[in-house]
Amino acid sequence: MAQRRTAWTRLTTPFANIPASTATTLALAMWVVVIGGWALLSYGRIVPNMFLPTPGTVLQTTYRMSLDGSLFYHTLTSAKVVLLGFMVSSLIAVPLGLWMGTYRAVQAPLEPLVNFIRYLPVTSFVPLFILWIGIGIEQRIAVIFFGTFFQQLVMISDCARSVSRDLVNASYTLGTKRSEAVWHVIFPAALPAILDTLRVTMGWAWTYLVVAELVAASSGLGYISLKAMRGFQVDVIFMAIAAIGLLGLITDTAFRIIRARVAPWAP
Amino acid sequence: MTETIKANNPAGTALAAGDPRSTGTTMAIEDVTLRYGDANGVLALDDVSLKVAKNEFCVIVGPSGCGKSSLLYLAAGLNDATSGRIKIDGREVIEPGADRGMVFQSYTLFPWLTVRANIEYGPKRKGLPAEQRRQIVDQYLNEVGLAPFADHYPAQLSGGMKQRVAIARALANDPAVLLMDEPFGALDSQTRGTMQKLLLRVWERQQKTVLFVTHDIDEALVLGDRVLVMTARPGKIKAEIKVDIPRPRSMDVILEPDFIALKRRILGLLHDEIDEDH
Repeated sequence: MAQRRTAWTRLTTPFANIPASTATTLALAMWVVVIGGWALLSYGRIVPNMFLPTPGTVLQTTYRMSLDGSLFYHTLTSAKVVLLGFMVSSLIAVPLGLWMGTYRAVQAPLEPLVNFIRYLPVTSFVPLFILWIGIGIEQRIAVIFFGTFFQQLVMISDCARSVSRDLVNASYTLGTKRSEAVWHVIFPAALPAILDTLRVTMGWAWTYLVVAELVAASSGLGYISLKAMRGFQVDVIFMAIAAIGLLGLITDTAFRIIRARVAPWAP
Repeated sequence: MTETIKANNPAGTALAAGDPRSTGTTMAIEDVTLRYGDANGVLALDDVSLKVAKNEFCVIVGPSGCGKSSLLYLAAGLNDATSGRIKIDGREVIEPGADRGMVFQSYTLFPWLTVRANIEYGPKRKGLPAEQRRQIVDQYLNEVGLAPFADHYPAQLSGGMKQRVAIARALANDPAVLLMDEPFGALDSQTRGTMQKLLLRVWERQQKTVLFVTHDIDEALVLGDRVLVMTARPGKIKAEIKVDIPRPRSMDVILEPDFIALKRRILGLLHDEIDEDH
């Protein structure tokens, strides 16, 4: 007599699909647990409210700062810094990375240097950038750039290198010239991987925001977090962190949509 | 039905006089040697010479690792020979080009282009006007039986269909020679049979000059006008077998006594190569 697959069996089988409703329920349940736990710890004064604000106060602060426009103003400042830094970085890293991945003559001089710089702590460069660039928005953009560019370069060069040799060979037998291969074949073939790289590094760019606004910023989500720290306004800090996380989620989703539109053929 | 074996004749000889196909040699491979690495590296090809006549379907058969694919890549200009020359219509070639179209064993369709755009790639590069390109693409879509899939992407196609597009794409560019590197090797045996039948029909209509590499003896004899047998590494042309089976051919030909006799000959030649300690 055959045994029916129980729901438990389905849940514990590797790589098995579970119904969408179950997955959604589990996701919601997780959020309820986290926020419930937070509420319990804060309202129950298990952790002093000086350190852990209640969900209610965070929401109140968000509401207050939205009304007086300050939340929008700081979000806009921060978004400008991150987006500009990311765009400058990507505009250089994509072509340069493609060249690095395609031509060993470009890779050989650049790679050792890039690999070293990649591991330098961005935070320690902030004083240098202030000395060199000043305290304007350019300095903050430079920090975002520095944290993002070298990672992007290496990852995009890997994207180029993983394009099938025979794909390029096939294009040669159809009349493509060697000098054309990078833009006509390697770039479109690597595009889905490049977009994935951009999506992931955009996420990292957001995490450098607070570092960028560490010293000598006068506005931004990182700036208000640091100011709030001195005043023990943990609710403001929570709100700022949540705002940055939300912005990261938005850009992540934006990149996913772009990838689906631009490269629908990719798995 | 006669068979001609020219043993130990590394230089492919011209077709018999009066043969309607001997209107010249399209591709000549002369004294080609390929050694990997430095002077002590592996010798892959040892002084190989062969000629492919215009509109001839020439097949190279050999054991695994004998260098037959390497030879094809050299003919395409995708690698450099250590010594020797490749000539097309009398001109020496060292770079790849649209005059030597190639179908690879792996799937090399451009995944970001539709089937139609893939086939159109060569003609578009050449700068042909849109109307002419459309006609060419439609012609070859019908030739390989994929007209309903013109706007599909390669990811939506099966392996056999992908190779059909690859063949159409190569032919649409009107190369002087079509090089085929075990194009059906990655397909299951049923699909392989279907593809061989398709290629037979396509070739009988198009009459392109083809240099085809395979390890499958049946495939070689069904498709080819002439079969060159290669030795194990370092590769040399060991023998040349003229396949006098009349065209048009059907797949049933593999059961005919003449076919089996040719196959026996080739099997014998190859068994020497595989049993020998190399």
